[in-house]
Order: sequence, then C-alpha cells, then structure tokens
Amino acid sequence: MKPFDYVRATSHADAHDSAARIIAGGTNLLDLMKHEIETPTKLLDVTRLDMTEIEEAENSVRIGALVTNADLAADPLIRERYGVLSRALLAGATGQLRNKASTGGNLLQRTRCPYFYDTTQPCNKREPGSGCMAMEGRNRILAILGTSEHCIATHPSDMAVAMRLLDARIEIEKPGGEAQILTLDEFYKLPGDTPHEETALEAGDLIVAVHLPDAPKGAQMYRKVRDRSSYAFALVSCAAVVATDRGKITDAALAFGGLAPKPWRNTEMERLLIGEAPSEALFDKAADVLLEGAQSHGDNDFKIPLTRRVVKAVLGELTGATQ
Amino acid sequence: MTEHLKMDKIQPRLLDETGQGAITKPTPRPEGPLKVSGTARYAGEYKAENMAQGYLVRAGITKGTFKIDRDSVKDMPGFLGLFTDHMIRNSAQGTANTNPVQPGPQIQYLGQPIAVVVAETFEQARHIAHAVKVDYQREDDATPDFSTATNFKEQEKKSLSQGDLEQAMADAAFTVDATFTTSPHNSAAMEPHTALATWEGDKVTVRGSLQMLKYNQNELADSLGIPAENVRLLSHYIGGGFGSKLGIDAACVSAAVASRHLGRPVRVEMHRNNVFEAVVLRTPSRQRVRLAADKDGNLLGVGHENWQSNLPDETFSEPIDTATHFLYGGDSRTYATHVARLNRPASGSVRAPGEAIGMLALENAMDELAEAAGIDPIDLRVRNIPEVHPESGFQYSSRSLAQCLTEGADRFGWSDRKAPKERREGEWFVGMGVASAARTNILMESKARVTLNPDGTALVETDMTDIGTGTYSILSLIAAEMLGLPSDQVTVELGDTDLPHASGSGGSWGAASSGSAVFLGAKAIRRKIAERLGCDPDALRLQDGIATGGNVRRPISELLDGPVTEEGHIEPGKQEVTQAGFGAHFAEVAVNSVTGEVRVQRMLAVMAAGRILNEQTAQSQVWGGQIWGVGTALTEEIQHDHRTGHVVNNDLAEYHVPVNLDIGDLDVLFVDERDDYANPMQVKGIGELGISGAGAAITNAIYNACGVRVRDYPATPDKIFPHL
Repeated sequence: MKPFDYVRATSHADAHDSAARIIAGGTNLLDLMKHEIETPTKLLDVTRLDMTEIEEAENSVRIGALVTNADLAADPLIRERYGVLSRALLAGATGQLRNKASTGGNLLQRTRCPYFYDTTQPCNKREPGSGCMAMEGRNRILAILGTSEHCIATHPSDMAVAMRLLDARIEIEKPGGEAQILTLDEFYKLPGDTPHEETALEAGDLIVAVHLPDAPKGAQMYRKVRDRSSYAFALVSCAAVVATDRGKITDAALAFGGLAPKPWRNTEMERLLIGEAPSEALFDKAADVLLEGAQSHGDNDFKIPLTRRVVKAVLGELTGATQ
Repeated sequence: MTEHLKMDKIQPRLLDETGQGAITKPTPRPEGPLKVSGTARYAGEYKAENMAQGYLVRAGITKGTFKIDRDSVKDMPGFLGLFTDHMIRNSAQGTANTNPVQPGPQIQYLGQPIAVVVAETFEQARHIAHAVKVDYQREDDATPDFSTATNFKEQEKKSLSQGDLEQAMADAAFTVDATFTTSPHNSAAMEPHTALATWEGDKVTVRGSLQMLKYNQNELADSLGIPAENVRLLSHYIGGGFGSKLGIDAACVSAAVASRHLGRPVRVEMHRNNVFEAVVLRTPSRQRVRLAADKDGNLLGVGHENWQSNLPDETFSEPIDTATHFLYGGDSRTYATHVARLNRPASGSVRAPGEAIGMLALENAMDELAEAAGIDPIDLRVRNIPEVHPESGFQYSSRSLAQCLTEGADRFGWSDRKAPKERREGEWFVGMGVASAARTNILMESKARVTLNPDGTALVETDMTDIGTGTYSILSLIAAEMLGLPSDQVTVELGDTDLPHASGSGGSWGAASSGSAVFLGAKAIRRKIAERLGCDPDALRLQDGIATGGNVRRPISELLDGPVTEEGHIEPGKQEVTQAGFGAHFAEVAVNSVTGEVRVQRMLAVMAAGRILNEQTAQSQVWGGQIWGVGTALTEEIQHDHRTGHVVNNDLAEYHVPVNLDIGDLDVLFVDERDDYANPMQVKGIGELGISGAGAAITNAIYNACGVRVRDYPATPDKIFPHL
C-alpha cells in the first residue's frame, strides 16, 4: 500500500478536498489500495459527518450517504415501501461487509473484473490504453450490454440496481456547497473510449444523500442468480415492480444487475409491457427488446439465455401469469 | 525405552478392554476455547524482537527469465533488502523430504514467487514489492492451457490392463462410456502460509504453518543448503491445511534466507494471491470411465483413464483411479494416467488426492449404469462389491460398504426417491442421489513420547501437527484411555521438531499413525505399572488414577516414585490385504427450473472407518468432507486464463468455497467397526473419507431432480438451465 495522509472531515466544508479520495466504510477502497489499483496520497474520512439519517420528506425518502447497507436494509420504512431495495441490499456481500458499507460508497464500488484486480495484467480501466484481457479471457461475470471495444466490466452493486428501478436521485454537494441532483442513469457513465471514467462525480464532490421518490404502484421483487447462495456477485439480477389491473399490465419497471457497466434499465421494454395482457409471448418480446444488441464474449454467453429466463420468470410471478 | 511395533500382523483389541471410557463418548477438543477466543496463536501472530517484514514478489509473465533491479527500490522508506537466492518455485510435494525446484532466474508460471522484499513494516514491504522494477525476457513457447494441451505423456507405471475391456464392452448388456472433466481446486485454508525465521549462529528456527514437520525440516534444510539438525520448525496451531501445507513453502524459505542476510528475524506472510499460485493446486482432470455390465447389472469390466497436468519436473500425479481399483468387481480392467506439462501453478495433493475427483467420475458413471440397467443405484453398488480385490486377489481388512449403503438408505428415506422431474416444489425440482465412499487407508511411521506423573497427570510429546482435525483431542483421549486418567489430565505438546518425529498430518493417516505411537508409549507405561503392581499386563485395569490387577488395587500416586516416560514407535509392515475406509453419501438437492441454481437441502454420510476415537471431532471431519463435496460439485473452480495460465480468481471473493447458506442439514452416522490389520487401535482414517464420493452424490441428485447429467464440474447454473 502506498503511503498516504489521513484526514478526518469534521464539517461539510472540510469534505471538498479535490486532492483527496473520500473514504467511508472502505470495504472496496482499502482492497484497491492494498493492490495499488488506487494509490491516493490523501484519504478524507467523512464518517463523522451528519449523513446517517433516513428521513421522510414530502413525496420522498432521503437516505443519508453514510447510512450503512445493514441499517438501510433493516429500516422499517424502507422495508414497508421499498421492499425491493431491502431485498437487493440483503442479496449483496455479507453481513460483515453490509455493517461497514455505506450508501454512498456502495454506489461507487468498482468492477470485480479479475484483470482489473491484477496489476500484472493490462486493463483499460486501470491503465487507459493498455488493452483488455477480459474480452477474450475469463469473462464469466462480465457484461453483455452497454460495453465497448475497450471494456466489458460490470458494475457489481445490488443496491444500485434497486435504486435505478426506483428512480432514485443522487444528491451531490459541490465544492461551493451547492447541490446537484442526478439520476443513476446520469450518474453512471458507459465505458466507450474512456472506461476509466465511471461516474459524473467531479473532483471535490461529495455524495450526501440518495432520494427515493414515492414507491411505485405494484408488486416488487428482487431476483439474483448467482454461483453460491451468498457472497457472490450477480450473474444476472433483476429488480422489478409491476402493477396489473383487470388483466392488463398498468405499470412496469425493471432494472438489471450483472449485465452492464451500470445498473441497466430499458424503457422501451417497459413501454412494450404497459397496457398489455401478460403472456409468455409478451414476456419473450420484452426480453427481445432488452437483449437486442447484447454481445457476449465466450464464458458469459450463457447470460443472454439466462436473462431471458429471468425476465420471463419475474414478469410471470409479478403478474400472476405463472401457474 | 522405546515400544516399537512393525504392523505386519494383527494386534489384540486392547482398547476394547481398557475401562476409562475416554474414547467411547463424543468429547470437545481441548483447544477449542483458545481458538474461538482468538488466544490460540498462529504463525502470523508471533512477533520477535527487531523483526522485519517480508513480502513476495510475483512473476508478471508466464515463461521466461527475469532480472530484478534492487537499485530501483533501495531508497524507498523502510527498505532493508531484496533477495532471490534459494527461492523455491512452488511448495514441496507431500513427503518429498528434499528441496522443491529452485529455478533461479527462470519463470515457469505467472505468479511464481521470484523474490522477497524485506522492510521495517509489512505495508512498506508490500509497497516496495509493487514498485520494484523487474526486467523480463519473455519466452513465447509457454503452454498454459489444459483444454488444448497436446503434450500428454502416459505414466506407464500407473497404467494397467487386465482381461479385455473392449470385448467386455462388446459383450455387455449395458454399458457406460462417459467423459468427465473436473476443475483445478485450491485448498483455500483460512490461514495463509506464514513463516517467522530467527537465526542463532548457524541454526535457524522457523515458525510456520506446516502439516508434516519431519519432512519439512529436511525440505527446508535442503532448500537452504544446511544440515537438517540446524533447522527447528514450530507449528503449534494451523488454520487448515488440506494438502497445501504438506511441503515447505516459499514463505519459510524466503524468511530464512532474508533473516540470514539481515541478521534479524524476518516474517513473511503470503498474500492470498500467493496462496492461489505459489502452493500446490489440484490438477484439472479429464476422465473417461467405461463400465460394462451383464443383464443383471454385474460388472464385466471397468475402465478409468485420466488426463491431468503439472509443471515440468514435478513428480506428483494425482492418483485419480485409486478407488476404482478396489471398489467394484469386473474381470476386465483398464487404467491409464496421462500428464501434460503446463505453465501454470504446480499440481499437488489437495484434500483426498485421487478419490476426491476420481470418485466423481466413477460414482456418476455407476449412476448412469443404474439408470441404463433399470436397477436401483444402491442395489447396483451392493451387487458389485467384490469378494476379493479384483486385481491383487487380496482380502479386505474390513469393509462395511453394503451396510453403509443399506442403513443409509433407510435413514435417508431413499424409498421416497422418484424419477427425474417427478418431484416438484414450486419452481424447484427435488431429487436424491447416492454414492459410495472409499478412501485408501495408510499407516506411516510415527513416534511419540508419553510421560505419566505420580500426580495422575500425563504428557504426550511429538512433532505431530493439528491442522484443525482434532489431533490435540484424540492424542489426549488415547493417552487417557490407556493410562486410566480423565482426558483433561493429559497435556499434549505438538508441532516442534525437537520432539519425537511423527507421521505429520496428511492422507488421513495422522490419527492412526501418531495415535498408535501414543498408544504404544502408553502401553509400555502400563507394563511398568503392572510390574510394580505385580500383575500380568493383560490383567491390569487402569481407571481414574487407580490401578487394579490380580487382587491388588492401588492409586497410581503410590505406585510411582517419579515420572515414567516411554516412547512409542509404530512402523507400517507388509500385509497382503486391501485396506480402505468405506461409506455411503446421500444428498437431496433442489434445482431451480428457471435458473439451474442448485441448493443442497440435506446430506447424510454413513462412514465405516474402524474404531472412532472421538465421535465429535470425527463428525466435524465428515461435515468438512460433505461441505467439500458441495464445493466440488457446485462451486469450486480455479479459473485460469487460457493464454497466460493466470489464476484470475485468486482470492476468496471469486474462488467460491461454499458459504453457510449453501449447506443444508448434514447428518453423519458411524458404523461400529474394527480394522485389525490397520494398527493396534483398529482405527482407519476418516477425514478424507468424508469427501470421497460426496460430490458425486450431489450431481447424481441433480440428475434425479431434473434429468440433467452434469459431467463437467462444477455444476454451475449455466451447465444446467439450458437443458431444462
């Protein structure tokens, strides 16, 4: 680990140091520093700041950036209204990690691509222009949507998938103190030619909260397919909320993990479902839209048919179409 | 005095006569509270005065040579030294007793340890190891990929052909000819390999995490080029070994080298990535199994050929067909082992080398044969149990296989088993599977010193190790039983090469071998007590510190005027019998009809391993085996990059050992058995018997649940859902 300075922020004014890397739970950053994938010269610890509350506001719930994953999952309000978020959180990591990991930090987890993690290997995300070993290598857990010729990394978070589904907004405090509000879609960048640029955060920015709008109508679920029952990243995960009325789908939203460099959502797919009667054929069409242009790379070929099966099962269950 | 026994003839069942009762009831391990409270100290928890910290530098290329630029880091904070001399390529193989390959500037796999950096602190050493400039001369003829390897060489000594298998296949009413593949595995012990080396003059003491000190002492001495008597090894607690700590490792060698150069103690702790690269892994395998049976399911022939890999110059090949030789009958038999030399981490012993993966293929093939012949898988196995070893003609020393299968079937509810896809619970298909368990039983030379004190306490001393298996427990129980003491009056000192040399922990022989040495030492003490009591040793009864013999009854404290010390020494003898532990594994699994995810709901292991010394630690061993079975069947897979041999999942986040939630109910039943040929205690190894066959029961259950045969391990969802 490269030597670094450690500074503790005692006020929000302290927390906008563009030369520093912010640390909260450290569950990912410390690993990255030990491997020298990240080598910050200064760590700014924000855990003493007042961002630990879950507050109900008009038409929304505001989650402080320091609320731990464990506390967020167990919060009665979250469990009651946003069950999908609670379940997504509990599907991620382990009890120990969830006790430390923060809401803001979870959003900023970096990919688990194995080549990114080994500094003896080229990686365009770690060292722009050095090449991608994953494309033709071991890419079982890597992405099939939203990739580029430079990077096929997946975003590993479960929490962020549910937040994308729920149209969450990320509240960012800029160095001047003003607030910036971004959707998760706006917050995360696709790799394109710059896979090392992952989010819209700028130097000195601080994530202070996540806002959840009123819960959507309908039944919620989070389904995660993985290689073991816990402490495994998603092969495919799906957060969904679907409402039906008199045999028709009246509302539908689906977000996916394990498929793309960011929590994935396809509004065209959702539009296709709304107003229709649930049927296997409809679900297949929805999967067609989602998977149009999907590109697999060998080890992860299975994700395309697996995603289709998951989409159909989730929609079947939420609409009651499954016998 | 030394009580010596060469085990070439059967011995009386003395432990059925002693009356203390120490080994007839389940007993918690004495060091358990230390372990769960964090006060049992492991190698990495020791510090020495003025200790420096070392960190291994990994090779960043697959094949070639390197030059490392010491000057590029010599001015970094904390830098003390960078050393490449004596560096070993990989850990020694089990019982090697000599140095492993020391390749100098040659690199033969990505991740090979090429140097140790030493600094004042661990973090400084790690940072310097990342920063150091290494110039590589790459060689472009590396062959890291197993699936496309062509340089297989048949190990002719391991081949055997008896009868005519081709003809048997042609004549058979039912045949199976199936090819299976298994992934490389890592032992994934919780404690990484760590060493703390301290020199005094020309003698070095190394605290390490090692399974077999007697051999490791010679291996380290040979690696350093010094006499073995100048090496002392200490290994009191070991956080799991599973084969990865059988041989001396790069942490021990580099700590000793650096400490000698610097004149101060040096500790080297392997990073988890090193544990996945620099110690031995289980080979990948391809296995072809052929079975030929007549119309009643009686085997006419068996074939088991395998293809595996290792680094150049490694003598080890995994004995994949071990159990196939003696488990089932059939006159025509064919075996062959082929090894490719690949540029990837060394292959070596990982938990039950041979049976752990060989029995996956054999027991899956038996399941396929049962299906083809329309015979219940348990009936098929029972009817093919041979009278004598089908190749050597030897009798079996003890074999309760049929009993394990049939009693297990009753206990598990086997009669409720249905045809594939007939039992469905919501989205899940549910099914049951069975497999035989078999694991060769081995006795190794072992010594122990036993002391009985007049105050009714006893001391056992040996350089045996406890790798979590329960050695402290069973040695104290054996001494307690033989000397007539409560087991908490017995102190066991292990893990120090200054003590009498034991078998070490490996091959499931530890309890039988080191236990027999303790048994013999205590037996000699019994003889002395009998003399003093004036009775025949056979008439002596020792219980709770009281000696009874003839018509005399006296407390030990009165009979002894000082400590009595005896050494026990067991050696294997020549016996013309087939000796193995046997058992049966049952599994019930649920397979998700959408995703192909498999969840193990319950497992049963019925184990026959001779006398059980401590049912509690034995049960823990079998649980461990069942859980290994889950990992082997469903999740564990070292993923090598096919271009570089790079272990891409070289940590515990991505190498998937099972988690708690993957494990359903585990049930273990022991069959009461004595093996008179095994050793004077009539015990057989239990640890690895628990894994042998366990994974096959799970994949057989997957087939019974959903009708999908997975022959390519592990059975991850992607290998199942496309067929549902």
